[in-house]
Amino acid sequence: MSAVTGMATGGKSAAAARPDRARAGRARAGAARRAAAVMAAVAVTGCAATGDAGTDGETLTVFAAASLTEPFTALGREFEAARPGVRVRFGFGGSSTLARQITEGAPADVFAAASPATMAQVTRAGDAAGTPRTFARNRLVIAVPKDDPGRVRDVRDLARPGLKVVLCAAPVPCGAAAEKALGAAGVSVAPVSREQDVKAVLAKVRMGEADAGLVYRSDVKAAASQVAGIEFAASARAVNDYPIVRTANAPEAALADGFLGLVLSARGRDVLARAGFEVP
Amino acid sequence: MNGTRVRPPLILMVPAMAGLAFLVLPLAGLLVRAPWSTLGTRLAEPHVLEALRLSLVTATLATGLCLLLGVPLAWTLARVPFRGVRLVRALVTVPLVLPPVVGGVALLLVLGRRGLVGGRLDAAFGITLPFTTAGVVLAEAFVAMPFLVISVEGALRAADHRYEEAAATLGAGRWTVFLRVTLPLVAPGIAAGSVLCWARALGEFGATITFAGSFPGRTQTMPLAVYLALETDPQAAIVLSLILLAVAVLVLAALRGRWTGTS
Repeated sequence: MSAVTGMATGGKSAAAARPDRARAGRARAGAARRAAAVMAAVAVTGCAATGDAGTDGETLTVFAAASLTEPFTALGREFEAARPGVRVRFGFGGSSTLARQITEGAPADVFAAASPATMAQVTRAGDAAGTPRTFARNRLVIAVPKDDPGRVRDVRDLARPGLKVVLCAAPVPCGAAAEKALGAAGVSVAPVSREQDVKAVLAKVRMGEADAGLVYRSDVKAAASQVAGIEFAASARAVNDYPIVRTANAPEAALADGFLGLVLSARGRDVLARAGFEVP
Repeated sequence: MNGTRVRPPLILMVPAMAGLAFLVLPLAGLLVRAPWSTLGTRLAEPHVLEALRLSLVTATLATGLCLLLGVPLAWTLARVPFRGVRLVRALVTVPLVLPPVVGGVALLLVLGRRGLVGGRLDAAFGITLPFTTAGVVLAEAFVAMPFLVISVEGALRAADHRYEEAAATLGAGRWTVFLRVTLPLVAPGIAAGSVLCWARALGEFGATITFAGSFPGRTQTMPLAVYLALETDPQAAIVLSLILLAVAVLVLAALRGRWTGTS
């Protein structure tokens, strides 16, 4: 959003501010700028580009909580392999963001949320086909950078002044779970940042900017090379149920049911379990 | 022109009108959906004022930083002939076209706690920039400075050199010439650049959330508050957006013809 406005006004000001000479220079600078823009665009969209084509066959669109990125990407690939011509496109993000997008008409076929509360936004709006089914559970762990600069041993350490702790914002499921778990542990934490979704918390820990963050066990598993996880008992009090449902206006209803079947199947449970989820 | 007005061809007028509607309708939608009856109380809510105050303070500080560094940079680009000036000019404009999130990542890699410079800052002084208000200012300055530099450089190139030469022949030193002749000459350009720079800083989102995180009162500026409010309270998001829209209109009014090209 801001990138687009920045570009538009920027281009105008660049042109307006250079009334005189150096046309060649301008052209060359323009080329350099365009190249930089293309590179940057590739960098930004690179992660989403995997499932973007699919003009020749049917495309299933799955909106899923950011924490499901790894197992769902794997399941999506299996789904595609089993059905030639079918593409699975994922929108991963904060569950409440995705829920809002669906209630505002985003063309998703399947919605998998990280909490019943965010799923309820969609069911209440009448945008779910049938009753959501719980397919996985996730619990919070303390994620610390591999070298553990804050020397975090257990959940009580998170209250230590000066320790940089990052949590999810309260309205997103991982933020609500974090408050519940920390409340259950009787620890009061003053976070330095409240991020929009769990992967943003993980990123801050991965880059070593945060000493600790509360993320799901599956997230630590996905980033095991850079992040270590510390389990704590109170997290059992804030286990997140992950519901999944086909949307009411799914353009690809049959494919959506097929994907739901895969997620709920023994194979799906296996992939989820290996990714660090508890499966019912 | 005079009297012989051509009827504009329909093939141009239809897309032109569609384009206008495309730009204006979303803004109108904001106004239509705004909770006018509760606007007063919502504006007075502490978290709104907190975000607004933080945004105004950081955007102003960022503009100050941009002036401090950007005006000399613009002067160098406009007045000092050196090899590679075109390359430098292109480099200066990169943050302008770079997606701000990428800028935020780049800032982390350099000024983050484990960054090339940030690591040393932390080791030597115990200063870490991410998650601080200073980090917000840096992120905003990073994306906003090109606006100022381009604006001021354009003004400098358009300014008449002879005034500076005259001042120099009358015995003024180079610093005096810069301060007493050059700066007043390009003052309108600096002013316009500063307003643009400030507006860009005020709207900054991607670099800020990436580099400085999001915490109420410390790093959660208005755009970040809008983004988060959408999750819980869309009405609040509309109110926050209205404030930013009002500021944008004020900025345009302040720039008047300079930007819209009517002067």
